[in-house]
Amino acid sequence: MSGPAVVMIVAVALIVLALVYYLVSVIFQLRKITAGLDVVIGNVVDILEKTAPVNDVVNDINGQLDAGVDLLEGLLVKKAGMIDSMGLIEGLYPGAAAAGLRNFPESGEIDAPRIGEVYTKGTLTLARLGREAPIAAANPAGPVLRAVEYGSSAARALYPEIRQERPEVMPRSPVIGTDSPEQYEQREDIGKPRKRLPTGPGASGSNSGS
Amino acid sequence: MTLWWIGDVLLFVAVIPIALYLLNGVLKAAKSIVPSVNQIAEATGAGSKELDAVPLLLTTQDQVRQTVAGVAGYGGSLDVIVDDAEVAS
Repeated sequence: MSGPAVVMIVAVALIVLALVYYLVSVIFQLRKITAGLDVVIGNVVDILEKTAPVNDVVNDINGQLDAGVDLLEGLLVKKAGMIDSMGLIEGLYPGAAAAGLRNFPESGEIDAPRIGEVYTKGTLTLARLGREAPIAAANPAGPVLRAVEYGSSAARALYPEIRQERPEVMPRSPVIGTDSPEQYEQREDIGKPRKRLPTGPGASGSNSGS
Repeated sequence: MTLWWIGDVLLFVAVIPIALYLLNGVLKAAKSIVPSVNQIAEATGAGSKELDAVPLLLTTQDQVRQTVAGVAGYGGSLDVIVDDAEVAS
């Protein structure tokens, strides 16, 4: 065999060795990639399973909240009127009236009136409900009518004096029981056989059947 | 004989370097994918853990329903007991 042929064989052998080395290395890397992708696929499937009901749930929540907003906006506008509604909203949340109501696009163009802390219509409504609302009973510049901690006593103080003293002058409820301060005389015949059976036309029992 | 030598020279000067270059490039590309896949696996695993609170949405949904039902009852009661606003003439 000639020299160039031997050199050619050596060169081809080197090429084959290089191919084997690199291709085997690539195979190992591809196996690592496959293993990593298996983990990714498992996690993605897990994510898909967890997020599957989100769409329906969120849509349902949004629908419920939309219904609530529709109800509250409609009720507010129905009861207070569009202009007063915007004034009330502006009084509670300054600047919110400019955004307007969602279901009433024209509400954003209304110049919201200034409505104070006491809304006259609400007070009159309470009065019509028979709650004896303290209309003009207190100075608006004074303390709040209803304290959070003493809400009951503060409200009671607004009513006429007789309502506050009445429970104090009323007699106390009687105390009953063996240790009550006032013991009543007991009849000795209670619980014993009758000394005389009831007779006569008004008596009931065996006489009625004969 | 001369052609044999020319062929040998071509093998060593052109074919083998080019083959090595290409194979090395494929190997490098394959190796560079592995860390990316591992990072993706970690990210998806973390994302899956972050979604563990998703079932709580069912509780939120139930509470929203109850709240809106309460608001509806309250609003309905107000609708009955409070007069409507007077229509501006």
